[in-house]
Amino acid sequence: MDSSKLLGITTFIYLFSSVIYLALFIFRVKKVGLLATVVTIIGLLVHSAGIGMRWLESYQMGIGHAPLSNMYESLVFFAWSIVLLYLVVEFIYKNKVIGAFAVPFAFASMAYASLSPEFSDRITPLVPALQSNWLIAHVFTCFIGYAAFAVACGTGIMYLVKLRDKGDSPGSLLSTLPPLKVIDDITHKIILFGFIWLSAGIISGAVWANSAWGTYWSWDPKETWSLITWFIYASALHARFTRGWGGKRIAWIAIFGFLAVVFTYYGVNFLLSGLHSYGAS
Amino acid sequence: MKKKNSFWEFFASVKLALFCFFTLAFASIVGTIIPQNQPPVTYIQNYGERTAEVFRLLNIPDMYNSWWFTSLLALFSINLIVCSIDRLPTVWKLVTMDNLATKVGRLEKMTPRLRFASPKPVQEVAAEVGQTLKEAGWKPGQRELEEGGTLLFAQKTPWVRFGVYIVHLSILVIFAGAIIGTLFGENGSIMVRERSVFSNYFDRHTSEKVPLGFEIRVDDFSLTYYETGSPKEFRSDLTVFEGGREVLQKSIVVNDPLDYKGYTFYQASYQGSDQYWVTIQNQNTGARETFLAQPGAEIKWQQAGVTFGIINLLQPDQWGRYRLKIWFSDGKGEPSVFWLDGESVVSVERTDVSYAFKSEQVFATGLQVAKDPGVWPVYIGCMLMLFGLVVAFFLSHKRLWVYIYEEGSKTKLLVAGGANKNKAGFENMFDALIEKLEDNSTLKLSKE
Repeated sequence: MDSSKLLGITTFIYLFSSVIYLALFIFRVKKVGLLATVVTIIGLLVHSAGIGMRWLESYQMGIGHAPLSNMYESLVFFAWSIVLLYLVVEFIYKNKVIGAFAVPFAFASMAYASLSPEFSDRITPLVPALQSNWLIAHVFTCFIGYAAFAVACGTGIMYLVKLRDKGDSPGSLLSTLPPLKVIDDITHKIILFGFIWLSAGIISGAVWANSAWGTYWSWDPKETWSLITWFIYASALHARFTRGWGGKRIAWIAIFGFLAVVFTYYGVNFLLSGLHSYGAS
Repeated sequence: MKKKNSFWEFFASVKLALFCFFTLAFASIVGTIIPQNQPPVTYIQNYGERTAEVFRLLNIPDMYNSWWFTSLLALFSINLIVCSIDRLPTVWKLVTMDNLATKVGRLEKMTPRLRFASPKPVQEVAAEVGQTLKEAGWKPGQRELEEGGTLLFAQKTPWVRFGVYIVHLSILVIFAGAIIGTLFGENGSIMVRERSVFSNYFDRHTSEKVPLGFEIRVDDFSLTYYETGSPKEFRSDLTVFEGGREVLQKSIVVNDPLDYKGYTFYQASYQGSDQYWVTIQNQNTGARETFLAQPGAEIKWQQAGVTFGIINLLQPDQWGRYRLKIWFSDGKGEPSVFWLDGESVVSVERTDVSYAFKSEQVFATGLQVAKDPGVWPVYIGCMLMLFGLVVAFFLSHKRLWVYIYEEGSKTKLLVAGGANKNKAGFENMFDALIEKLEDNSTLKLSKE
C-alpha cells in the first residue's frame, strides 16, 4: 500500500465521517455518535500512516524529507491537524455536534489536495532554500495554528446558526447544539490556542529566514499577511479581555480571521509574489 | 494613585490599541498589493504618472520604512508602554497584597464557597486543615483575626497576572532589536568570481563599497542538480584571511552561512559565465596548470610550450552539462582537436607525451552580507512573547481561603476561593480539595 492510496482512502473516510456528524446534527441520531468518533479516529490513523508512508517513500527515493514541502503536502497536513485538534476538542467538551462544523474542513482540504490539477502529489526533492531543520518546525507550528483557526471558524459558524434558535421549540434542529455560552467559550479558547501557534509559526519563520537570507523580517507578502492575521486575532483577544466582546462579534471575527488565514496560506502564493512562491508548486 | 488626564488615558486606552491593530493591518495590505522597492519607472508604467506621483509623496514604494508607517509603529509602542505603566500598579497590588487581611464578608460572596462544621476546637481544625492544604501542594499562611477565628490563605502562581505585560514587553524588546538593527546593522551583497578574493561588499541601500576589515577568498562554487533538473545545492567554499594569514575555512550552502567577526555571509545567488577553467597536466612530468579560457581565444602555457583554445562548445543544459571542443598543439605534428565533456578527463596522446584535460564552468557566487547586532534582542523578545502568551492564556492565579471560627460551642469552617481565569478548572480543583478535607477523619466535617 503506498501513501497516495492511503491518503485517497483517508479522503473518503473523512467524507463518510462528515456525513455521519451532519446526520448526528440534522437527524439527531444519537446512536451514530460513537460511530462518527470511531470512523474519524480510523481516518486519522490511516491519514497518519499515509503521511508516515510518504515520508518513508521519499527516503526510498533517495531524496528523504518530511512531507511538508509543497502545497499538496501542506494541505494534507492541514487536514491532519484539523482532525487531531477536533478530536481533542470533542474529548474535552464531550460534544460531537461540533464535528459537523469541523471535519468537513478536513475533508475539503484533502479533496482539494487530491483533485486540484494545480498541485501534483508527486514526491519531489527539496530545493536548496527548503533544506533546513526549520522546515518541520515552521510548517508544523503554522499549521497547528491554521487548524485551530479552522475549527474556531467552524464553531463561529455554529454560534451564528445557533443564534437563530429562539428556544421556542425544544425539539428543534438547533436545540441539539450546545448552549451559546459554551460555543462562545470553545471558540475563544481555540482562538487562544491558535494564536500561540501562529505566533510560534511567525517566529520560527523569522528565525529560519535569518539563517537562510540574513534578515528575519523583510515584509514579504507572506510574512505581512501572517502579521495581518495576527493583528486580527490580537484585536479579537483585546476586545474580549477588556471590552467584553463575545458572542456574535467573536463568531464573526473567527470567520473573518480564518479568511485571512486562507489568504495567507493560499491566496498569497497565487495572487502575490514573494519569497514563499516556491510553495505554489 | 496617579493623577490621570484625558491625554494619558487616550494613550493608555484599548481603543487606541485596536486602532493601531486595524490601521497597521490595513496599511500592511497596501504594501502586499503594490510591489515594493521597484524602480520609479515601474510605478509610472503600471499606475500612470499621476498615481505614481501620489505614491511617491506617500512613500508607497517603500511604505514599510516610510515616515507614516514608522509613526504608526511608534504610536503602537507608546500605547503599549503607557497602558502597561497605567495598569501595572493595580496588578502589582493584586500580586503582592496581604490576602490574610481579606474581610470575611468578602469570602461570603465568593464562588465557589462551602460551609462545614466540625466537633473539634478551632486551633486543632486550623492545624489539620493547614496540613491537608500542604499535602495538596498549597502553602497556607495563617492569622488570628481580631473579630475571632482563624483565617488560612494560600495561593498559586500570583505572578501569572503579569503574563499579558510580559507579552507587551516582548513586543517592545523586538522593536528595540529592530531599531538596533536599523541603526547599527549592515546589509549588502557582493558577486565574486571563483578563485578571487574580496574585502568589501556593496551596501544594500547606498550601493556604496563597504570594507570588511578582512579578506575572503572564494575557492570554488559548485552547483548540483537532482535528476529532475531542479537544483540540489548551491555551495561556495570560502577561506577567510586576516592580514594575509588563513584563519578559517568553510563551505556555505543556502541554509548554512559563514559567521565571522559579527558578519554573516549567506549563499544568495550565482552567475554562470561563458568562461571555463581548463586544467592541463603533463602526464610524464606531472606538471599541471589551470587556465581561465574564453571560447575563441588562444592560450599559451609558456613553460610547457603548448597552445590551446576552445574552438566550439555546447552550452550547459539544465543539469549543467556542457561540451567543449578543444584545439591543442605542442608544436610537434598536427594539432589535436577533441571534445571535452564537463566533469570528465580526456587524455591526449602526443608523439612523446600525453596530456590530461579537465574543465569546469566558471561561476561567480552571489553572497549576502549581513551584520545585525539587533538579532539577539529580537530572538529574546520572541521567546519572551511565547512564554508570556502561554502564561497569559493558560495559567491562572488561584486563591483559597479557609475561615475557621467558633459559633455556639461548635467550630465552623468557611472555604472559599477563586481564580482570575479558567473558573471551571478552578472549581474542579476546589472540589477535589474539599473531598480531601471531608476524607480527613480527624476533622469529622459535616456540610452545613
